[in-house]
Amino acid sequence: MYGHSMRLLCIAGLLSVMLGAGPVHAAEPYDPWPGLVQDIFKNRPMQDGSGVIAIEMPYRAEDAAIVPVTLRSRLSPDDGRRMLAITLVIDQNPAPMAARFELGLDANVTEISTRVRVNNYTDVHAVAELSDGQLYVVKTYVKASGGCSAPAAGNADAAKARLGQMRYRQFARPGVAGSTREAQIMIGHPNHSGLQMNQVTQLYIPAFFINELRLWQDDSPVLAMEGGISLSEDPNVRFTYVSNGAKRFRAEARDTDGHLFRNEWKIDDPAM
Amino acid sequence: MALRVCSLAAFVFLSTWTVSRAQPQGLEVSEVAPGLFVHQGVTALMTAENAGATANVGFVVGESAVAVIDSGGSVREGRQLLAAIRARTDKPIRYVINTHGHPDHVFGNAAFVGNGTVFVGHRNLPRALVARGQFYLDAFHRIMGGQLMDEVRIIPPTLLVDDTIAIDLGRRSLTLKAWPAAHTDHDLSVFDEQTGTLFAGDLVFLVHTPVLDGSIRGWLSVLGELGRLPAQRVIPGHGPVSGWPAALADQRRYLEALSSDVRALIARGEPITAAANSAAASERSRWQLFDDYNARNATAAFSEIEWE
Repeated sequence: MYGHSMRLLCIAGLLSVMLGAGPVHAAEPYDPWPGLVQDIFKNRPMQDGSGVIAIEMPYRAEDAAIVPVTLRSRLSPDDGRRMLAITLVIDQNPAPMAARFELGLDANVTEISTRVRVNNYTDVHAVAELSDGQLYVVKTYVKASGGCSAPAAGNADAAKARLGQMRYRQFARPGVAGSTREAQIMIGHPNHSGLQMNQVTQLYIPAFFINELRLWQDDSPVLAMEGGISLSEDPNVRFTYVSNGAKRFRAEARDTDGHLFRNEWKIDDPAM
Repeated sequence: MALRVCSLAAFVFLSTWTVSRAQPQGLEVSEVAPGLFVHQGVTALMTAENAGATANVGFVVGESAVAVIDSGGSVREGRQLLAAIRARTDKPIRYVINTHGHPDHVFGNAAFVGNGTVFVGHRNLPRALVARGQFYLDAFHRIMGGQLMDEVRIIPPTLLVDDTIAIDLGRRSLTLKAWPAAHTDHDLSVFDEQTGTLFAGDLVFLVHTPVLDGSIRGWLSVLGELGRLPAQRVIPGHGPVSGWPAALADQRRYLEALSSDVRALIARGEPITAAANSAAASERSRWQLFDDYNARNATAAFSEIEWE
């Protein structure tokens, strides 16, 4: 079977980036990060974020279209600063800004995980915006290739049937302080990148993806996400937050065709 | 004088080379049952060196016509398969049946276009080729190179199978069955009634780690019906010709291990990374190419089962 010739593709992929990527010196791979700091962050100064935030991704991704990423706050509980937002940037991707997460003011979100597409061997930056008005950055490196042009997962009818469906799950966390919760939202969506080509027409399958997701506990915002084509099919966000005793969890998602998906779940009392 | 000899030698060399290029050596095939021939692919990733010949391909000869089951991983292999057919019969090749749309099974299709040959596949195969064909062509241009890939064409089926159809090769009937999502969402099996031989395509793997690109739950659910097909022998998509239904045992064990490991991870609230690292680890020593395929299978299984 063909599948893990994708491994060899990783090496070929790096070569094609170097050869294909615009005005560069033949000796150095092109580093898009300075340009991204300008475009995304308006050239705001950034501090070293290693005491503030951590980013975890596999060094070598098994499936470039489903690469897990975890963002963890490293702020200690007595740190006066709060984390307001985190921007995830996959430098070499066609759409480098993968997601921007806004953390609910009262939710104390300390960990966020999702799954992304990685198109080339690349640095991945996480930029945290804190309540002191400063930006803090960390980075990691991922070896993967072709994640943005890869075809959708293999069961097309099942994927279609899932469009707009949501799942909410709470994870049991034994031994953890009662009000800290871990939960996950998934939404069925092809998240077409616009970079997959229809073999017959030779036209690109149009981009069609979830661009906004908002989560509340009762009426209190927990997390808001602005997303792009770098998020994997069936966007999945898993996060740790502090419960305010709310009985309901609410989610709202929008996609680029203007669909609005809404859902609400009863929150289980974990103290059982 | 020396110059003359050199040019003559060069001419002879060149013409021999040209002749051997024009008449490909026939693919080595075994007659596994009367009039039914199989080439067993190499258990490896597709490369330029192996010309993509990693899948099992074969053909069946009836009284009036021939059917080909899968065309190989390159047009070069397809032409070699054609030569193997022509070395044994001059009956027309009426059908090329693709068991599914992965490159090692369809890249040879262009070698068979023309002379009234009809391409046959599952109702969902055209859609799969539309969605994936260009990605495959681009990927394998990089992996196998232009010399092998420039002539590869995506040739979709025109005869589509919804459920089952019978095709007649001249007092020799093949029963084609379209399956629900399993290995892929467009798997087709071919049963030669005369000899009780089942071409299972990649619904059955031996030796080579099974590849999940459809539905793990679906694949497990069809194993019962698949195993009850009254076959004397099976030609799997990868691995040796084998007795039936005994050939299913290894794969069933692998899929059950993968499925139950993934379910356990999900029940414990583990994230998807845990699947790539540990699901079906017990199966590692039982299969070849395990490190190339298992982690990806585990991720696919996890992202399917977490929707339950």
